[in-house]
Amino acid sequence: MKKIVKNSVLLFVALCSLASAPLFAQSSDIPRTPDGKPDFNGIWQTLGTAHWDLQTHASRPGPVVEMGALAAIPGGMGVVQGGNIPYKPEALQKKLENQANWLQLDPIVKCYLPGVPRATYLPYPFQIFQAPDTTLITYEFAGADRMVYMDQPDFASQVDSWMGHNIGHWEGDTLVITVTGQMPDSWFDSAGNWHSYQLVVEERYTLMGANHIQYEATITDPEVFTEPWTISMPLYRRLDPGMQLIEFKCVEYVEELLYGQFRKPVIE
Amino acid sequence: MLSRLVSFVVAIGLAAPLSAMAQTADSPYIAPRNEWGQPDLRGVWNFSSNTPLERPAQYADQEFLSDDDVARIRAEALEDIARSDGNSSQGGVGGYNQFWVEGLPLEDNRRSSLIIDPPNGRMPARVAGAPVAFGGLGPDIQGERPVRFAVGGIGKDGPEDRGLSERCLLGFNSVPPFMPSMYNNNVQLFQNGDHFVIFNEMIHEARIVPIDGRPHLPESVEQWTGDSRGYWDGDTLVVETRNFTDKTQSFRGTGISKNMQLTERFTRVADDEVHYVFTVNDPQAFVAPVTVLVPMHKTEDELYEYACHEGNYGMVNILRGARVEEGTWVDSSGN
Repeated sequence: MKKIVKNSVLLFVALCSLASAPLFAQSSDIPRTPDGKPDFNGIWQTLGTAHWDLQTHASRPGPVVEMGALAAIPGGMGVVQGGNIPYKPEALQKKLENQANWLQLDPIVKCYLPGVPRATYLPYPFQIFQAPDTTLITYEFAGADRMVYMDQPDFASQVDSWMGHNIGHWEGDTLVITVTGQMPDSWFDSAGNWHSYQLVVEERYTLMGANHIQYEATITDPEVFTEPWTISMPLYRRLDPGMQLIEFKCVEYVEELLYGQFRKPVIE
Repeated sequence: MLSRLVSFVVAIGLAAPLSAMAQTADSPYIAPRNEWGQPDLRGVWNFSSNTPLERPAQYADQEFLSDDDVARIRAEALEDIARSDGNSSQGGVGGYNQFWVEGLPLEDNRRSSLIIDPPNGRMPARVAGAPVAFGGLGPDIQGERPVRFAVGGIGKDGPEDRGLSERCLLGFNSVPPFMPSMYNNNVQLFQNGDHFVIFNEMIHEARIVPIDGRPHLPESVEQWTGDSRGYWDGDTLVVETRNFTDKTQSFRGTGISKNMQLTERFTRVADDEVHYVFTVNDPQAFVAPVTVLVPMHKTEDELYEYACHEGNYGMVNILRGARVEEGTWVDSSGN
């Protein structure tokens, strides 16, 4: 019976959206799924330099001499609302140490799963497969994935994981995902911004038209920050004809970095 | 998902219905439809099995098991579990005990083999000269790089001497096609109208399958898990995959996947069962294609993240252990 009522509501919503009724506060010209929700299906990517540094930053030289200008790090306007990341004093020290030893410490140099929100703004595309109960977001970098369980607010994280425990719900036309249970080992960017196991990320995805999403992530971690802080940026649909994610199993590309020192010595 | 095995054993211990649960091809079952009107294949499916890949000689032409056969096989399996519980399967450090092992299906498979073609339920003959290499949990085997099998290795000179699952590149049960093996026999299927995703728990492998009629990638783009395209054949979703690399095998320890065309068919035959039927066609490895049917059963459990590479201290220890053993290891303190 409950199901019949739910289906009737869905049908009503679907009919309303077909009739372009102003049922939703936001624009009615966004794509919608058959059940009337904003349709996030597709391949998306950010533009910008948030993966290098979430905050406003000048350009700086890159770490690989041979790559010259190609590996130099471009400046950027930053994506932190208000500009400041509210570190506790000792936590800021750790950030600065991370930054000073970036290549040795940055987990994604080792092809580790990037965590959330970093996966979103790495310079690689990701694809959303939306469903009423479980939505999959799969990222080209390291083949990282998240299953987003919809409308199960009481489903708690069972065990910590690199891509977190993802619980979704709708607030009007905004998809809200609360991410808990992330491993403390991931970072936010290549500037050493970090978190503890207490991290909670609340992501908000809002379609602003057919081809872009306004993305927001609010970061709460009382062990590291004095208060929550928020990043925001647009996500753009990849419109390239025939666009698909290409396999990027970077594990193979870091074996020398991680295991080279353990190779059998070559006797000349 | 591990608790599932335990609860299964308990369940069949308490009440073991012998009724046939296998669906037949002429079943009147109609799959529920998703929002796009397609048969709904979504959900988490478990493909554990104790059915042998090849039909044991004792069954000769017998394609399906009798009730007596099923009861006897189940009793033997439970006896075996009881006998080995608490002990590692290989003995000593590094072995898996029964806690890890998913050796039984959620529901009985009435077939005498997973292979349904050739009709005798046996592997077709190998082509003479086709590369053959089987890994395993025992000692390293003689061989050359690239190591195309998943488990074990050919040596310990460097990471390339180890199998693909030890390198966390591919799962030992999820190199396309996926096959029942020791554990993590779980796949979650996603659909969004114009795409289908085959998500294997092992190595968190999401194989994305466009079903919008687009052409394959150019042959020059080779991928570990190939390039997949799908289409509907009635209520069956058919997935064609090619563009594999020369770094994996075609099937059953044989061949090079670059020469393989893989066809997979997903059919929901009951609310709680999907038939996964795949055909491996590599004329340079086998004299005929081979087709395998793996029944998959619905589970309400969620997948865990299988973050293999992030915790692969095993690789460090295997290689460093070999350096210590051969006396070439010098650590940072000069020892």
